[in-house]
Amino acid sequence: MTSSRVPANRTPEIGAFFQRDRNWHPPAFTPAYKTSVLRSPQRALLSLDNTLSELTGPVFGHNILGELDNDLIHNFAGPGESAIGPRILVYGRVLDERGIGVAGTLLEVWQANAGGRYRHKKETYLAPLDPNFGGCGRTITGEDGSYCFRTIQPGPYPWPNGPNDWRPAHIHFSIFGHGFAQRLITQMYFEGDPMIWRCPIVRTINDRRAIEGLTAALDMEATIPMDARAYKFDIVLRGRRPTLFENRIEGN
Amino acid sequence: MVQGLSRLKESASQTAGPYVHIGLTPNFAGISGVYERDLGTAMVNDKTRGERIRVNIRVIDGAGSPLKDALVEIWQADAAGIYNSPSDLRGSADPNFTGWGRLPTDMTTGECMFETIKPGRAPFFDGRKMAPHLTVWIVARGINIGLHTRMYFSDEETANAEDPVLMRIEQRERVSTLVAPRDGDIYKFDIHLQGINETVFFDI
Repeated sequence: MTSSRVPANRTPEIGAFFQRDRNWHPPAFTPAYKTSVLRSPQRALLSLDNTLSELTGPVFGHNILGELDNDLIHNFAGPGESAIGPRILVYGRVLDERGIGVAGTLLEVWQANAGGRYRHKKETYLAPLDPNFGGCGRTITGEDGSYCFRTIQPGPYPWPNGPNDWRPAHIHFSIFGHGFAQRLITQMYFEGDPMIWRCPIVRTINDRRAIEGLTAALDMEATIPMDARAYKFDIVLRGRRPTLFENRIEGN
Repeated sequence: MVQGLSRLKESASQTAGPYVHIGLTPNFAGISGVYERDLGTAMVNDKTRGERIRVNIRVIDGAGSPLKDALVEIWQADAAGIYNSPSDLRGSADPNFTGWGRLPTDMTTGECMFETIKPGRAPFFDGRKMAPHLTVWIVARGINIGLHTRMYFSDEETANAEDPVLMRIEQRERVSTLVAPRDGDIYKFDIHLQGINETVFFDI
């Protein structure tokens, strides 16, 4: 790991993060998503103003990345082969709640193949594996928080919750910003997918605007003609309070 | 009317789901050849300063069963209490210690074992020293938003007694849910999601 995300002429930010809006996020206990019933804490969370343990976080340098890490069409494929499915680019920016681009953010993504099948030993869906598709990719945001990767559009798939529940097509995102308190995992959905509003996992979120914020927009201006369509997906991490006039204990 | 504050809302969390391994520990999931190694599996090397320890973690559901599909991340200071992060302005951390680890719980036993060092003491925001601790973050199928907690060390009784975070816990019997007992070089930390022993989770 290196500290490449902080240019020499910029002081790292050390302010506490904005309070998380727990009404915007899904609550822990959401009985329509059955697995949450036994996995949801029931006591009140203990509120804690950020200490160094939450304000800090590891740095991931671009040196960890391989050439095909952000190309899911090819990073598992045999020589001369490529994954089957609608070819897409996914691009956007990682911003914080102040609208500032978050440089050096590690984005790790995973998804089903075009038939809705994951490459995982616990996966039981009858759709076939694609021998040229692994389903993982990663990238690190640039100075302005921007990122891009190439993949195939995943398929929807049934899952054992209700007798006939289906997941909308989605890509999982793990986002590693600057502080451990910003740590976030979410899912990206696709504009126009009628399955979004039927999904019990999507509906763990109570605010429609929060769901719309997880829905990527088709962007025909960012496509590669005769090759791949593009979806724009911006991600927002918690903002940081200013420390300019704050009293800080010496050595803290 | 007044000027708008132009703030954005944080992206809403969604569960990591049952296939989190594909994205975060693909080699563990049997997807080899994409990444050389899974990130976060090696926290220490031969030159890392500090006392070597192992930390065994289980995440236990409301029926008493350990989760076999959870993913656990830990973040901690080095042996001198410094974080390997640009946001820690107090000095340079041990370059041979990342401070960050990530492991899936075993698909059969539900356990994971971090090989790390015992951290030093870092300051609370008012300057008092916190007891040595690990910051722990848990995601899994059925967990809608990652859970933050801390692990403290059973053989740090004096430091634990004056730890400003532990002192905030109103129900004193719950403090023990954050303190891992030591057996040799292994600390065993059972995280209970529900029930009489429910672990203290934080809104940080």
